[in-house]
Amino acid sequence: MSHIGRSFRRIEDGPLLLGKGSFAADCNAPGQLHMRVVRSPVAFGRILGVETAEAAALEGVVAIWTTDDVAELPPIDFRQMGLEALAPYRQWVLARDYVRYVGDPVAVVVAVDPYVAEDAADLVFCDIEELAPQLDATAAPSAFMPDIHPGLLSEPAVLRRAYGDVDAAFAAADKIVALEVKVGRHTGVPLETRGALGVYDADKDVLTLYGAAKVPHYNRDAISRMLGLGEGRLHLSEGHVGGGFGIRGELYPEDVLVCAAALRLRRPVKWIEDRKEHLLAANHSRDQVYRLRAAVDRRGFILGLEAEFFTDQGAYVRTHGTTVTDLSAAMLPGPYVIPAYAAVGHIRLTNKTPAGTYRAPGRYESTFARERLIDKIATELDLSPVEVRRVNFIAAEAMPFDRGIKTLGTGVVYDSGQYRDLLERVLDRLSYNQLQDELAARRDRGELVGFGVACFVEKSGLGPQDLVRITVDGRGTVEIVTGVASVGQGVETVLAQICAETIGIPIERINVIHGQTDRIEIGFGAFASRVTVMAGSAVKIASEALRDRALEAAAGLLQTTPDALKLSDGMVEAVSGGASLPLGEIALHLKDSGGLTGEGRFVAGHMTYPYGVHAAQVKVDPSTCGITIERYLVGYDVGRAVNPMLIEGQIVGGAAQGIGGALLEEFVYDENGQPLAASFADYLMPTCHEVPEIEVLLREDAPSPLNPLGVKGAGEAGINAVGAALAAAIDAALQKPGAVTQLPITPARLHEILRGPRS
Amino acid sequence: MASKFNIDLTVNGKSHAVSIEPRRTLADVLRDDCGLTGTHIGCEHGVCGACTVLVDDKPVRSCLMFGVQAERKAVRTVEGLADGDTLHPLQQAFWENHGLQCGFCTPGFLMLAAGALEENPDMSDDEIRDVLSSNLCRCTGYQNIVKAVRIAARALRAGPRA
Repeated sequence: MSHIGRSFRRIEDGPLLLGKGSFAADCNAPGQLHMRVVRSPVAFGRILGVETAEAAALEGVVAIWTTDDVAELPPIDFRQMGLEALAPYRQWVLARDYVRYVGDPVAVVVAVDPYVAEDAADLVFCDIEELAPQLDATAAPSAFMPDIHPGLLSEPAVLRRAYGDVDAAFAAADKIVALEVKVGRHTGVPLETRGALGVYDADKDVLTLYGAAKVPHYNRDAISRMLGLGEGRLHLSEGHVGGGFGIRGELYPEDVLVCAAALRLRRPVKWIEDRKEHLLAANHSRDQVYRLRAAVDRRGFILGLEAEFFTDQGAYVRTHGTTVTDLSAAMLPGPYVIPAYAAVGHIRLTNKTPAGTYRAPGRYESTFARERLIDKIATELDLSPVEVRRVNFIAAEAMPFDRGIKTLGTGVVYDSGQYRDLLERVLDRLSYNQLQDELAARRDRGELVGFGVACFVEKSGLGPQDLVRITVDGRGTVEIVTGVASVGQGVETVLAQICAETIGIPIERINVIHGQTDRIEIGFGAFASRVTVMAGSAVKIASEALRDRALEAAAGLLQTTPDALKLSDGMVEAVSGGASLPLGEIALHLKDSGGLTGEGRFVAGHMTYPYGVHAAQVKVDPSTCGITIERYLVGYDVGRAVNPMLIEGQIVGGAAQGIGGALLEEFVYDENGQPLAASFADYLMPTCHEVPEIEVLLREDAPSPLNPLGVKGAGEAGINAVGAALAAAIDAALQKPGAVTQLPITPARLHEILRGPRS
Repeated sequence: MASKFNIDLTVNGKSHAVSIEPRRTLADVLRDDCGLTGTHIGCEHGVCGACTVLVDDKPVRSCLMFGVQAERKAVRTVEGLADGDTLHPLQQAFWENHGLQCGFCTPGFLMLAAGALEENPDMSDDEIRDVLSSNLCRCTGYQNIVKAVRIAARALRAGPRA
C-alpha cells in the first residue's frame, strides 16, 4: 500500500482536538514567576531615566531590571544574511540610550503573579526626551542614534543584483514601461501570541526554555553565546506552536530575558505576550516601495528590467539581516526570461516595529510589483495580459535555468518547471474565453466585475542539511527524531508517510519527535518551505538504511538472503510467502548491537523552485467600495504531493492570509509614530466572510531533480500572488488598467480610485 | 494584592472550589485555577474567539467575563466535549476534514459551533458560515472549518452519537 500521495488525516490532531495541547502558555513549573515587559510609549527618543521605585514597592514584585542591569548581554545577532555593516543596527534586549519604536522593551518586571507583574509594569516611568521620528523609508536617510553613533544613518545597506546588458536592452527597446507600487506593512500574526518558560535545574546545571519554535537549535546556540552558557547547559523544547508564518520563533529580546531571569533568580520564569504587545513587538513585514522600468519589444517581451526598491525594516535590523531585500531582488524576475536585469534594494530603518520575514518574504511583494508591470506592459502595447505572460515565460526546455544571481547564499537555479503549461491549465479550468465574455456582459449590465491572473516562481527547501534518526523498539513502534520544527503544518504526518512508504508500517505506529535540542545534535528548523524537502528526504534515506538493516538481520534469523525478503505492515516476510518476523522482534534481536535504527542526512546546495498561477474574479460595490471575491483559483506545481489534503490546506490558508494583506491588514502609524493598529479591532484579519472558497489545481508535472522524493515546498504557494491577482481583477472590474498601485486595497483607497482624491 | 473571593465553579459538570480576585477573567480562572488549558487566549479583547466556552449553553468569550460572574452557572469547555474515548461529531469532522492546522483556534471554534448547533440544529450553510465568522483562524483559510461544521451538523441531525 502506497503511503506517499494519499490524503491521510493527521496523526498529530488528537491532543489538539481534545484541548490537551501544550502551547507555550500551557507550560507551567512549580514556583514559577511571571515576567512583564515595560515598553516605550514613544517612537523615538533619548532615554533620560527609568524610574522603578514605585513599582518595586508593590507586594509580589521580585525583580525589576533596566538596561544597566543587563549590561553584560550583547545585542541580538543575525541568524542569516548578516553583514558587518549591519552590526551597529542590532537590537539590545533592553533599550540602551535611545528608544526607537513604540513597544521597544525598556525594562522587565518579574513578580509572583502575572496580574501583579502587569500592575507593576504600569508603575514604571520612562523619562524620554522625544525626537522627531523617521516614518518614511523612501525619504532621505536620517540619524540612527545621533549622540551614540554620530553619522550613522538609517540606511544600513544597499543590495545590488544584476546580470546581462541592461543598457543595450534599453537602447534596443520599442517601448519603456515604468511604474511605482507599494505593498503595505502587515505580518504573520499567529493566533497564539509569543511565550516562553525558562526552568533552571540546579542539580543538573541545565536551563530549559519551553515555548521554542521554528529554529530551536539555532536559538539554543545564540542564547548560549549571549549568556555565556557552555555546551549542554541550555536545552530548547518545542511544544505545540500556534502558527509561525516566519515571524514566530526568531530570537527576540524576551526569549533572552526569560532565560537570564530564570538563571539569576533560580526560579522558573514565564512570559506570555498579550495581543497588543504582539502587534507592537513581534516582527512586522512587507512594507516595500518598488520603482520599475522595463525595456520591451513590440510583443511585450521584456528585454531588460531596472528595479529600485525600498524595504522599511523598522527600528532595528533583527535576526533576518538582509533576507527580505535579498529575496526580493533575486525573485523579482519570477517566471520570465528577462535577459538583462539590474536591481538596487535599499534597506531602510524607520521608527516602527522592526520587520523580518513573513510567509513568502520578498515574493508576495515582488510578485505584486512584477505582475503589475506585466499588466501595464499589456495595457501600453494593447495586448492581452495573458499573451504578454506567454511571450515572456521561461520555456520548459530551458530547465534547469540559471538566473545568474544568488539569494540566501545559493545560486538561483530553477530546477524544473512548465510555467506556460500551468497557466494554460488554469485558463482551461476557468474556461477563460467564455468567462471573459460573461464578465463583459455583466459589466455591460452595470456590474463592476473583473478577472485577473498572476504568475510566480516560489523557492523552497533551503539547506544546508538535515539529519534524521529512526528507531524501532521491541513493540514495533517507530520513532523518528528530527531537528526540524513544527508550526502546525503537518510535519508529523508527512514525515510518517514518507517513512511508512519505505518500511511498510501504518503511520499511526510512528512517533515523530521534533524541536527538541536534547534529542538530536543538529537541526535547521521550519522556515523557507524546507521541512518536507529537507527532513522528508532525510527520512527517506534513514528509512532505507533501517529497512536494509532489518532485512539483513531477518535474513540471518530466517536463514535466507535479504533479497528474498520484503517489509509489509510491520513484518519482514519472505517474498515467496511463509516465514515472517515482526519488526519489534528484529529490534529485540539487535538490542545489543545498536538496535534497529537508521540514520539519514540530506544535504542541499541549491533550493528547489516550485511555481504557480493565481486567478481571481472580483466584484466591486461602488457605493460601499467593498470587494467581493467571487472566485479564486490557485494552480500550483509541488513536484510531488506527499499528502494532497495537507498541501491544499497550506495553499488555502496562505491564500486567506494573502487576502488579508491585499484588502484588510495594515499597520498604520500617525505622524508621531504612534501605531494605530494595535488590536484586532484595528488590525483587520479576514474572517470566513472575507475568504471565499479557494479552488486548488495541484499538479506534479515538474518533480524536483534535487532530492530523492522529487518534492518541492508548499507553504508559501497560497499567499505569493494574492495581491497581484486581486489588483488585476479590481483593475478589470473598474475598467481602469493600472488603477491599483498600493496594497492593501482598502475601501478608502478604492474610493479614491473611483472618485479621485478627497479635496 | 486585591482581596479574593471563594467560589465554586461548575465546569464540565464538575465542581471546582477556587479562590480568585474579582478581576480575574474566566479564561484565566479556567486555565490557571481549574487547570483546564484547552481554552486558549488569543487577544483578550473579545475579537478572536479562541477562548470561547459555553456558559449556560451559550457561547461566551471567556476573556470578556470575570470568573466570579460564572458562579452558579454551568461552564463547558473543550475538555468536556468528547464522550470518553469517543470524539464529539464536531471533533471527528474537524479531524476527518483537516479543519485544523496549528490547532490553537480549534477549541474556540469547536465550542462556538457546539453551542450554535445545540441552539439551532437546523442551521443553513449560510447561517453556519455567519456564526463561524465570529472567530478567527490564521492557518486554514476557514474552508475546512466550515466544511467540518456542516458535516458535523448533518451527523448530529441524523441521530444520537455513535
